[in-house]
Amino acid sequence: MISSLRAARPLHIARSRPVLLLGLLVCLVLLGFAMMASIAFGSADIAPADVWAALVAYDPSSMEHLIIRTLRLPRAVIAALVGASLAVAGALMQGLTRNPLADPHILGIENGASLGVVTAVFFLNISSLRMYALYAFSGAAVTAMAVYALGSLGRGGPTPLKITVAGAIFTALLTSLTTGILILNQRTLEEVRFWLAGSVAGRDLSLLLQVAPYLLVGLVLALALGRQITTISLGDDVARGLGQRTGWVKGLVAIATVLLAGGAVAVAGPIGFVGLVIPHITRFLVGQDYRWILPYATLVGAIFLVLCDVLARLVLSSFELPVGIVTALVGGPVFVYLVRWRVKR
Amino acid sequence: MITRPWLVVRPRRLPISFRVDRRVPLVLLCALLVTLAAMVINIGVGEYPVAPLDVIRTVLGLPTGNPTDVLIVNTLRLPRMLVAALVGLGLGTAGAILQGLTRNPLAEPAILGISSGAGLVAVTLIVVVRNVPASVISVSTFTGALLITGLIYVLAWRGGDSPIRLVLVGVGLSSMAAALISVMITFGDINDVQRALVWLTGSVYGSTWSEVWSLLPWTIVFVPLAILLARDLNALSLGEEVARGLGSKIMLRRGLLLVTAVALTATTVAAAGTIGFVGLVAPHVARRLVGSDQSGLLPTAGILGTLIVVLADLVGRTIFAPIELPCGLVTAAIGAPFFLFLLYQQRHT
Repeated sequence: MISSLRAARPLHIARSRPVLLLGLLVCLVLLGFAMMASIAFGSADIAPADVWAALVAYDPSSMEHLIIRTLRLPRAVIAALVGASLAVAGALMQGLTRNPLADPHILGIENGASLGVVTAVFFLNISSLRMYALYAFSGAAVTAMAVYALGSLGRGGPTPLKITVAGAIFTALLTSLTTGILILNQRTLEEVRFWLAGSVAGRDLSLLLQVAPYLLVGLVLALALGRQITTISLGDDVARGLGQRTGWVKGLVAIATVLLAGGAVAVAGPIGFVGLVIPHITRFLVGQDYRWILPYATLVGAIFLVLCDVLARLVLSSFELPVGIVTALVGGPVFVYLVRWRVKR
Repeated sequence: MITRPWLVVRPRRLPISFRVDRRVPLVLLCALLVTLAAMVINIGVGEYPVAPLDVIRTVLGLPTGNPTDVLIVNTLRLPRMLVAALVGLGLGTAGAILQGLTRNPLAEPAILGISSGAGLVAVTLIVVVRNVPASVISVSTFTGALLITGLIYVLAWRGGDSPIRLVLVGVGLSSMAAALISVMITFGDINDVQRALVWLTGSVYGSTWSEVWSLLPWTIVFVPLAILLARDLNALSLGEEVARGLGSKIMLRRGLLLVTAVALTATTVAAAGTIGFVGLVAPHVARRLVGSDQSGLLPTAGILGTLIVVLADLVGRTIFAPIELPCGLVTAAIGAPFFLFLLYQQRHT
C-alpha cells in the first residue's frame, strides 16, 4: 500500500558532486542573509550600522545593542536551529517509513508535546516557557517511545506500516485528550493557545542553551546516518540483503528524530508543515540520496523558518503572528505548486 | 494459491452479480445485531431512563403505559441517535473508499482535506461572524467542504487525475486551512473559541429530526452507490495499471467513487462537525473481519462506523453526566486504545 505512494517522488535526479556542493554553499550564504534580515528587522527601528556594531563590537550600555544581542540574535539562531531540526526530523521519518506523508507528527511527537504542556498547565499551573519546554520534551519523548514500541510488537520488528498506524492512532488519542482538557477548562485554553500555534517569539538565550545540545546531537547523528537511510528507504529486504543491520539503524533514526523534533517542539511549540514540506522540496532539488537530502534539508529548513519568522513579525504591524501559522500559509502554496508540476503520475 | 471460500450471488433476472467473502454475511449480521442493541441502549440511557423493551415499543408506535416516553424517545433521543448512526455510516464508508482509492492506510476524510474546508467555514462563522444559527453553519460547512474538494481536484488535475496528487494537494490545502483556524483560535474571544473547539471535535448534541431528514437522502443514494462500485474499487486498489488492464474505466469510476466519498463526508460534517478517527478505524477493523475484498469491506466498514459513533455518543453523554463530552472526543479516546488492542492481538495470533 505504501510502496505505491513512493511513486509520488520524482524520478532520480542525478546531479554531479560539484554542483551539489556548490548548492550547499549557496544555501549557506542564503541562510546568512536570512539571519541578517531577521536580526535587522523588528518593531524597534535600528540602523544597519548599529546592527553590525552590536554584533562585532558589543556595547552593553547601548539600548540598541542590548535589543540585538539579547532579543534578536537568540531569536534568529533559535529559528534557524528549530527549522533545521524539524526539516531533518521529517526527512528521517519519510525515509524510515517510506511514506511521503510522514513527518514528526507520525511518531506522535507534536501531539505528545502539546498534551504534556496542556496537562502541566491544567494540573500544575505552570506558566514559564522554561517549564513548557521541559514538559513538552517529556511528552514528546514518552509518546515517541510508546509509538515506536507499539510499532515494533510482533513479527518483523518495527515495520513502516506498523509504526505509521500506531503513530496515527496515538496522534488521534492525544489530540482528543488535549482538546478535552481545553474544552472543559477555559483557563488552560487561555494560557496555552498562543503556545499551541507555535512561535519563536520571546525565547531567550538560556532556553536556547537548554535545548541546543539535544538538537545538535540529533543533527550530527542524522547527518552521519545518511547512507544507511538511503539504503533503508529502498525497503527492508533490500537493506538487509545489502548487509545492513536494519534494527540498529531504525533505532538510531528514531532516537535522532526524537532529539530533533522533541527539542524543536520544546523551544517553539508545535510548528507544523516544516517537517512535511521541506524534505519534499529538498528531494525535488537533489533527488533520492539521503547523504545529500539531509544536509540540504538542514539548510533549507533553517532558511525557511528564519524567513517565516521575519514575515510573522512584519506582516501585521499591530501584533505578531505565531510563526507556525506563517509556515503553513507560505509553505502551503509552494507545496501545492510543487505537487502540481513535479508529481507526474 | 489460496482458495477463498467465495459466495457468489448472481440473480437470474437482474444484470448484476456479486461475489463476496463467505465470512461477510455472518459478520454483517452480527455487526448489525450489536449495532441495533447499541442503538436501543443509547436511546434508553439518560437522565430519564427508559427500559429497552419500552424503547422498542415506543419507536414502533406501540403504547408503553408511560406517555412521557413518546416525548423522550421520539422527540429528543431518537433523532440524535439516528444522526449519530447516519454520521457513522457515512464516515465508515467514506473512509473505506478513500483508503482503497489512495491505497494509503492513513487516508481518511480529514487527510483529503474534505473536512478542513468545512472546519475553516465553521470556525470563521463561530469566532469571527459570531451568533450564527446552527442551520446556517450546517449549510455553509457543506458548501465549504464541496468547495475545497473542488479546489483540490482542480489543482491536482493536470491532463488527468492522480490519487497521489490529490492526497498531496489535499495535505497542502488542509494545512493552510488549519493555519487560518489556528489564527482565529489564538486571537478570538475565549468563549467563541471553546464553542469552535467543540464543533471541531464533532458532536451530535441537540440534533433534531431536521438533521435526520437532511442526512437521510444523501445516505440513501451514496452508500448503495458505493457498494455497487465496490468491484471497481477492488480493481483500482490494485493499482492503476492493473485496473486499466482489467478494463475498468478508471477516470469515470474513480471520479464517481470520489464524489461518493466527498458527498458522504460533507453531509456528516455539516450535521455533526469533524468527528475524527471513525473514517480511519472502521475500515481497518472491517478489513480484519472480512478481508480486503471491497464488496464485503464497504458495508462492514459502514456498519462498524455506525456502531462506533452510536457508542461514542452514549459514552460521551453518560460518563461525566451532567457534563457532556462531544462524541468526537470519545471516538478517539475510547476508539484508539481499542484499535491498539486489536492490532496487538493480530500480531500475537
